[in-house]
Amino acid sequence: MDPATLHKITDYLWEIPQTGGMRVPGRIFGSEKLIREMDEKVREQVTNVALLPGIQVASIAMPDAHWGYGFPIGGVAAFDPHEGGVISMGGVGFDISCGVRTMKTGMTQEEVMPRLKTLVDQLFSRVPAGVGSEGLIKLSPGQIDEMLVGGAEWAVKKGYGVKDDLEYIEEYGRVNGAEPEHVSETAKKRQYREMGTLGSGNHYLEVQVVAEVYDEQAALAMGLRKDDVVISVHCGSRGLGHQIGTDALKNLASAIQKYGIPIKDRELASAPIESPEGKRYFGAMSAGINCALANRQIITHLVREIFTDVFPEGHIKMLYDISHNTCKVETHEINGKRKNLYVHRKGATRAFGPGRIDLPPEYRHVGQPVLIGGTMGTSSYILVGTEEGMQQAFGSACHGAGRAMSRTAAKKRWHGREIVKELEEHGIMIRGHSYSGIAEEAPESYKDVSEVVESAHQANLARKVVRVKPVACVKG
Amino acid sequence: MTTAYETFEHEADIGIRGFGNTVEEAFENAAIALYSVMVNIGTVQTKRDVPVIASAPDRELLFIEWLNALLALSDIERMVFSKFEVKIEEGTLTGRAWGEALDRIRHEPRVEIKGASYHLLSVAEKGGRYTAQCVVDV
Repeated sequence: MDPATLHKITDYLWEIPQTGGMRVPGRIFGSEKLIREMDEKVREQVTNVALLPGIQVASIAMPDAHWGYGFPIGGVAAFDPHEGGVISMGGVGFDISCGVRTMKTGMTQEEVMPRLKTLVDQLFSRVPAGVGSEGLIKLSPGQIDEMLVGGAEWAVKKGYGVKDDLEYIEEYGRVNGAEPEHVSETAKKRQYREMGTLGSGNHYLEVQVVAEVYDEQAALAMGLRKDDVVISVHCGSRGLGHQIGTDALKNLASAIQKYGIPIKDRELASAPIESPEGKRYFGAMSAGINCALANRQIITHLVREIFTDVFPEGHIKMLYDISHNTCKVETHEINGKRKNLYVHRKGATRAFGPGRIDLPPEYRHVGQPVLIGGTMGTSSYILVGTEEGMQQAFGSACHGAGRAMSRTAAKKRWHGREIVKELEEHGIMIRGHSYSGIAEEAPESYKDVSEVVESAHQANLARKVVRVKPVACVKG
Repeated sequence: MTTAYETFEHEADIGIRGFGNTVEEAFENAAIALYSVMVNIGTVQTKRDVPVIASAPDRELLFIEWLNALLALSDIERMVFSKFEVKIEEGTLTGRAWGEALDRIRHEPRVEIKGASYHLLSVAEKGGRYTAQCVVDV
């Protein structure tokens, strides 16, 4: 995208002026370099989202934005139900509530390294991952409904984790508004074998070391010091969430015609929030969020068992759990007025600033932890939300590096085995179920996560707290 | 011999494309492209067949319904497929897929597919040759 065609607000914020049928302007965050490298299609998609009824303030794109399905990946938009606002499947995506969870181990790099190989081999063999993997827990249709309402809270009640874990999950591990009756039988059947599985593609389970601390106070609030070992998992709502997305794509496509929603792209499958179709999607999508939270909770339980088998002296404690494909009802202040809005984040992380009662007490004075996953070979970051981010982007930040090269191109360029070898030489153990999958996830096929994070930091969307580097990674 | 199917590049995900002398054939070949993303399709034997039914208001949406019905079947039956048959009458697709239970070693699994999207979706005819394509989310 040519920055000269955008209106520059600051060095890290660019505006698409409101023209034509746009109800609000477009707002793209990022350094000039990232904007220059950004796909032209992001502009088109940000503009299309700005046409949707009831949108508030701006149609927003994060520094890692790229061409998505209707919404850009990295898109944020909030809608007011009282102004004819809509809910869109394109603003959530197929992998509902895909997200990152980071756990503390209570151990340092020096302590973990001697048994790291045992740990990663155990994680690889005991956490189900990859195409066709099966979870250990099989849920009957009745049990699935309980899980869809209860989320991570349900998982803890069933013995997968401890009550304290729930404190460190958005919405305390369970969103309200889930309606399992609006989740199709097909979706529920797809989940039968998939509870507690990681999936494939860019999903991972990673052992990481705190390599750099930028904000001592916030790091202290999270209980992090340099050289501490943490474990992060990136995964979503599995087959059930994918099917809710698939069903919604079809159901909302007909709603567009029924309600005469002016859309330029049918991938923006939408319905008025207050319509029966909109309410059904919200109820099903919320159930999908709870499924993802329960899934990450079960994986946490497995990780805890494995870790304490290998390191009986260790103690797995939650740092935080974020979701980056969601639509949630949140209170935001618009022109001095408090409003309940439906905030869509497609490939964007919630990043609430300090003071929000939604945050656990120990984080309330520093802001919400924002977990940004890198790629296999590169760093990940933990940031905190800011007050400026609340004002500028409904409390949202980037979600990851974003791809720079297609999967096909990556596979042509690299071989999985070579990547594994090269990363081992750099001190990162890789275990994967598919060499082809590893080649597609080659670190160099992604944008530089540091550049993306730096832009989010400089734009005051979120503030850098620590950088973590991977020492071992399990891929699906 | 012309290519029956192929995949195409997309920034974050991957596109699938099937060709044929009829719409039905293009749909069948696109399904082969779909499974070629997931596994090494040459290793999938046609031991069992399952029926597939899909309907939609237009040909493009029907294409998506067909692919998504297969993906759901794969998850539910824990099967992968390598041979397909499609009949379309008045907006309803009646099809069949041949395959076997997924073997996590022999089939050389690659990547799961979350769903077939409307992205770069088209079902088109040019000079008597049909192409059906879309991007799938992985």
